[in-house]
Amino acid sequence: MKLGVIGETAPNEARVALTPASAEAIAKLGHSCIVESGAGARADFTDEAYRAAGVEVLDDAQAVFAAADVIAKVQPPTEAEVDMLREGQTLISFFYPAQNEALMKRAAERGATVMAMDMVPRISRAQKMDALSSMANIAGYRAVIEAANNFGRFLTGQITAAGKVPPARVLVVGAGVAGLAAIGTSTSLGAITLAFDVRPEVAEQVGSMGAEFVYLDFDEATTDGAETGGYAAPSSPEFREAQLARFRELAPTVDIVVTTALIPNREAPELWTEDMVRSMKPGSVIVDLAAEKGGNCKLTVKDERIVTDNGVVIIGYTDFPSRMATQSSTLFATNIRHMLADLTPEKDGRIVHDMEDDVIRGATVAHGGEVTWPPPAPKTRAIAAQPKREKARELTPEERRAAEVEAFRAQTKSQVTMLAAGGALVLLAGLFTPASFMQHFIVFMLACFVGFQVIWGVAHSLHTPLMAVTNAISSIIILGAILQIGSGSFLVILLAALSVFMAGINIFGGFMVTRRMLAMFQKS
Amino acid sequence: MELGFTNAAYVVAAVLFILSLGGLSGQESAKRAVWYGIAGMAIAVLATLIGPGAGLWLLSIVLIGAGGVIGWQLANRVQMTQMPELVAAMHSLVGLAAVFVGFNAHIEIGRVATAFAEAGLAFPRGYAETPEAALAGAIVADSFRGFGAVVAKKIPVEITILQIELFLGVFIGAITFTGSVIAYGKLAGRVNSAAKQLPGGHMLNAVAATVAVLCLFWYVAGGGAFPLILMTLAALFIGYHLIMGIGGADMPVVVSMLNSYSGWAAAAIGFSLGNDLLIVVGALVGSSGAILSYIMCKAMNRSFVSVILGGWGGSAGEQMAVEGEQVAIDADGVATALQEADSVVIVPGYGMAVAQAQSAVAELTRKLRDEGKTVRFAIHPVAGRLPGHMNVLLAEAKVPYDIVLEMDEINEDFPDTDVVIVIGSNDIVNPAAQDDPNSPIAGMPVLEVWKAKQVFVSKRGQGTGYSGIENPLFFKENTRMFYGDAKDSVTALLQKL
Repeated sequence: MKLGVIGETAPNEARVALTPASAEAIAKLGHSCIVESGAGARADFTDEAYRAAGVEVLDDAQAVFAAADVIAKVQPPTEAEVDMLREGQTLISFFYPAQNEALMKRAAERGATVMAMDMVPRISRAQKMDALSSMANIAGYRAVIEAANNFGRFLTGQITAAGKVPPARVLVVGAGVAGLAAIGTSTSLGAITLAFDVRPEVAEQVGSMGAEFVYLDFDEATTDGAETGGYAAPSSPEFREAQLARFRELAPTVDIVVTTALIPNREAPELWTEDMVRSMKPGSVIVDLAAEKGGNCKLTVKDERIVTDNGVVIIGYTDFPSRMATQSSTLFATNIRHMLADLTPEKDGRIVHDMEDDVIRGATVAHGGEVTWPPPAPKTRAIAAQPKREKARELTPEERRAAEVEAFRAQTKSQVTMLAAGGALVLLAGLFTPASFMQHFIVFMLACFVGFQVIWGVAHSLHTPLMAVTNAISSIIILGAILQIGSGSFLVILLAALSVFMAGINIFGGFMVTRRMLAMFQKS
Repeated sequence: MELGFTNAAYVVAAVLFILSLGGLSGQESAKRAVWYGIAGMAIAVLATLIGPGAGLWLLSIVLIGAGGVIGWQLANRVQMTQMPELVAAMHSLVGLAAVFVGFNAHIEIGRVATAFAEAGLAFPRGYAETPEAALAGAIVADSFRGFGAVVAKKIPVEITILQIELFLGVFIGAITFTGSVIAYGKLAGRVNSAAKQLPGGHMLNAVAATVAVLCLFWYVAGGGAFPLILMTLAALFIGYHLIMGIGGADMPVVVSMLNSYSGWAAAAIGFSLGNDLLIVVGALVGSSGAILSYIMCKAMNRSFVSVILGGWGGSAGEQMAVEGEQVAIDADGVATALQEADSVVIVPGYGMAVAQAQSAVAELTRKLRDEGKTVRFAIHPVAGRLPGHMNVLLAEAKVPYDIVLEMDEINEDFPDTDVVIVIGSNDIVNPAAQDDPNSPIAGMPVLEVWKAKQVFVSKRGQGTGYSGIENPLFFKENTRMFYGDAKDSVTALLQKL
């Protein structure tokens, strides 16, 4: 099969769906690649580089469409491009089927198969082709870089001869892939980073990236992120109020805000209101990664950088990945390559479009002349359901004290009961047994007691030597045999002799092995 | 020598034994402690040999010497990976010796009784003897030496107690003997390590135990040797069948339990012989094994009974299905990740012992440490087939013990760890123990390796471990499977670094 990649026509799009490196990997699947001349120019991939990787370079898109069986690109196709599709041809790109239903119908009517990279289900197996995540990762990184570029101070705190510089405070709203990438970048630049998300279960991830999670004082059974495939769900009005109140508190104290809150197939929720912007310090920067869907801040202007009256910079660019075209093309091309690898299970250059496969089915929006969107629910859930955890209530000092006293009492009670029962048993035994037995019995009980006390102190790492040494010591049974060996009966002498012999093996073997083991333990 | 001197020597020996066990609380003091044990044993044996009641001491010394040579050879030849087998095998010797000594006690009682009968006297001797009878009895008793003489002085109640004691000693000794033989077979791979039981399962054990109890009454009531032999057979069967029914993964508990039994057997024999040192040491060993078993069971979050009766505790429902796929990686990939990492934690398991990979692992550790990386080992209490098994193997390979940490010490550090290498362990790093309430190992404390940035699992193939439980760790996004024999894998890795 031939994979053809055409150049992007959108003005702000510098990415390309094929890199020389990915072309070489695709060749191993048995496919050959074609690329439109100049398609990779804006991502710094020259035609020569493609040729060197064994890619055929054709003059225009039309020629590529004519020659290729599978077309790959980044942005959704234009109408003109859809019209160039022929029956049986496959198109792989971002498609946003919810917004492009007419286009989808048109492609289906032409008998083409369309696979939307943005519809790849979010299951672990499909991570390697999850282009939304790989692009969001870049967007998050770039958002912080862009903010730093527009921010008039250091992000990290410094103490210099010329005075002390406080670190910048960065708030990241929405801890999805982009949010986490932004957190990582921001903390590595030295800023104090706060992060918020409506899904409290991500607090751990936020913490692991070095940011502080902003908790709300709000009690509600929040929706489990697992039910929505790992995406956030819309929240209740009360919750929103609590959230906005918290943001209002934070607004005057933060220098940079990166908002990344998006809910699938919905207008972006307004999280950073006008009054919050107004309460921010002059020179502060807001980067709104949700600008595409109307923005988390209503002042955001799509694709533009504006400055408010009080000197707050609001950046509404929507093409962050494209601004790092080499990097984003490399990752996107790898996602495409993985998709092709899944479509070519035998690695023999033959495409098998398996509609039973969750991932392929989920991504396919048009196939066999029909629109196949929306897909049925995938057979496997994206993320294992979070076990419902009972929140451990913080105990007051009095309660804690009471609990301690209670525990102490219970312990005393059980100990006293056991002592009393044990004592009664021993006394009972003493009533019916002769003194000679009780003498030994006392020794036995005391030895057990000493044993218990001593063994608890043995280090875990020395348990094997402990077993070896107790094994050696247990050959004390030899005393019994020695005491009997002097008997007059032949049978007794024989059995006793055997016992002495076996115990002898055990004594020497056991101690020797213990010594060998202990000699090996060395300090560094 | 007088009895007083012997007893004094016993006191010294007992103190030395206690110090010997107590000294194992630290690696350095342990080296001294083992000498206390040796000295204690030497004093005890010498004092008994020259003390009252002993005879044929030349034969005894020759036999001890011969046994010693064999023991010495065995101990020096054995590989450290075979340590569990050796310990199990040696337990069986103690068990068998206890059985023999118990039988001897029985025979002695019989001989004394016969002698009394021949002299026309009642045995056991009554409370209200006539002075003539007492004198005649004393003459008969004097004709016996050693243990027989002690028996000859006993009154009826004492004889009954003596019989119960030797009966118990034989019973526990017999269980220890066959149990240890089977445990040895399983650990050495000569017996299939899977849990197997004869049809009838625990009912058979219960029947055998009932037979043993009935035999006790019969024996005490004057049944002679037959009930004793019958009980011995029943006990031998229990030992065999009980341990056959326990899977290989539970061997740490089994070995320490048998250790405990051998101690109780010695204590029971000590009672019947009236020897305090035997009682003291038996109790020390017995309680030590019991505590070790308890620690092991606690580490697996299971009750002792459920381990001993074999099989995992019943699961409450369907286990969670595991999703995703196991992604393989080659030595190059692991080497790159290791080179980029600052902190590395290695989690060894039984697979490392099987593959004899400890030296390669130690070499890897040395290399990484030379490059200034933090390398540590995380040891789960039940890793391997013997308590502390991994520590011994790592020590053999000259891994310094201060970088070998216990589960509680290192579990909190995993989130800050760059790379975790799991070598041949499975259940002890299974997140299902925490996440899945229906998992058979739910609630068992595990090493939380999945919290590290990246996890590499060195494993022979895709199969499940001893317990047969699917491990979701292998399917996690930050886990990569490094397939192959542990030794070959680590050696391949060494060449890439």
